[in-house]
Amino acid sequence: MVAAVMTAAEPKTARHRNWATNVNAWLLLLPAIVLLGMFTHYPILATLYHSFFSLGRSGPAEFVGLENYRYMLDDDVFWQVLRNNFIFALATVPTSIGLALLMAVWVDKKIVGRSFLRLAFFTPTVLPMIAVANIWLFFYTPDYGLLDQFLKSLGFAGHNWLGDPSTVMTCLAVMVVWKEAGFFMIFYLAALQSIPPELKEAASVEGASRWYFFRRVTFPLLMPTTLFISINALINSFKLVDQLVIMTKGGPNNASSLLLYYIYEVAFNFWDTTYAATLTVTLITILAAVALTKFVYLDRRIHYQ
Amino acid sequence: MRKESYSIETVAAWALALLWLLPLAYSFWSAFHPSEYATRFDISAPLTLDNFAKAWSQAPFARYYLNTVMLVTLVLAGQLVIATLAAYAFARFKFFGRDVLFALVLVQLMIMPDVLIVENYRVISGLNLLDTIPAIALPYMASAFGIFLLRQTFKSVPNELVEAARVEGASSFGVLWRVFVPLGKTTYIAFGLVSVSYHWNNFLWPLIVTNSVESRPLTVGLAVFGAPETGVDWSVITAATVMTMAPLLLAFLLFQRQFVQSFMRAGIR
Repeated sequence: MVAAVMTAAEPKTARHRNWATNVNAWLLLLPAIVLLGMFTHYPILATLYHSFFSLGRSGPAEFVGLENYRYMLDDDVFWQVLRNNFIFALATVPTSIGLALLMAVWVDKKIVGRSFLRLAFFTPTVLPMIAVANIWLFFYTPDYGLLDQFLKSLGFAGHNWLGDPSTVMTCLAVMVVWKEAGFFMIFYLAALQSIPPELKEAASVEGASRWYFFRRVTFPLLMPTTLFISINALINSFKLVDQLVIMTKGGPNNASSLLLYYIYEVAFNFWDTTYAATLTVTLITILAAVALTKFVYLDRRIHYQ
Repeated sequence: MRKESYSIETVAAWALALLWLLPLAYSFWSAFHPSEYATRFDISAPLTLDNFAKAWSQAPFARYYLNTVMLVTLVLAGQLVIATLAAYAFARFKFFGRDVLFALVLVQLMIMPDVLIVENYRVISGLNLLDTIPAIALPYMASAFGIFLLRQTFKSVPNELVEAARVEGASSFGVLWRVFVPLGKTTYIAFGLVSVSYHWNNFLWPLIVTNSVESRPLTVGLAVFGAPETGVDWSVITAATVMTMAPLLLAFLLFQRQFVQSFMRAGIR
């Protein structure tokens, strides 16, 4: 009798509890859902939507199909900033990774002043890009700037570093490498510290040279870290444009402009928001492709329990 | 032979470190010396705080500081509350649509608000919030990254602790507040440091949505102040630059270990 009552009552309470759990969970998530919806999901969809419309400066906005995209493909500046962006990534990503690895190897072992070295390498990471740009702007200032003064003291002529299309990207890349290498160093450092010391001992017993050990043991073991850093650095190279606002405004003649900066210019200097939306769709596509690669090759293995 | 190569490496490491500190050291040199010494490195050059006084009086830096502090506090407070609630739901509740919803949250990890400037501007302007501090903060308040980190942390909380709290009669909120939040302390610190650094330094979005002294954060204030067309003296600009970096730099020097570990935890996820 008692058993019968319990079995009859149980599904009801279970269902009730299930219902309560659902409501509870959704209530907990409500603030996050609303804000993410407003500032991530809706904007992504709206970007796509607006990219199919005319600006409507005179009259209402009209559906124009792929017109904006056709315009984009004919836009020389678009191709230039895209190319700039890839050159910029190609210039900064491998260099900062190489330097980061070198730094990590140095500060991982017993070296004189190890904590000072770590500090020196990592400090640029915590500085605002805009402050960094201000400082480096002065380095590159023609004649009066530090770089030119230094070169002049060696007898070389001054140079308009940021005003010359052939040097501006290199100058910006050097600055970004300076800012980022120390950040990547800490990931290599963590990875190096997780390599069991027995491996090293065994290698030295076998008489392997340090370089040989690095090439055949350390470097392969660091591969996942290298991949992880490369992808993050790649994503950063599409996101980092603060310095352009201060240093070059994308110039001279768009020689240093990057995709996100171009979007900013089109949207907030020329107020051509539909074309800016079209460009944003391109940027989102690139970022999504990079992120999906990361997800497929890295994340799945690390977390998805 | 081996010893020699070590000492060569030590020298190289130190050379690189000094080179790495050079830009920063230079900015301090120029900020603390009269402008005639901006590019003359003379040990006997007199130290001065004039550049700071000038920068402070020529632009409303006090207000910019206040704005940045308010911004950083608002963002962090919002992020912590929202991410804690969401992470708790994802980690501890089985509910309809959980996996889809979590995937939707993760979208923000790949497409950050930083790149959605055009449409976010429309949304903020539609809310009539342009040129306010909440306008800068809102797109970042729901942090997929924070939700993700806390969810991982909450998942690792042993069930026994939760059961024990339940037996003592704690509600869902009670369990969250008394069991999960205290156990997430390291995650909160890591996320907090990264968030504060990020928003103290953030520039492009605040530049777009602010237009007045009352809402501008330090970074935007610095950019406006240092713009070449203002013709402000170089040494004064560096003083302003040092002022902008100083609080974070000081915090970093004091809590180095926590900073490095937080950035690392946050990066690896």
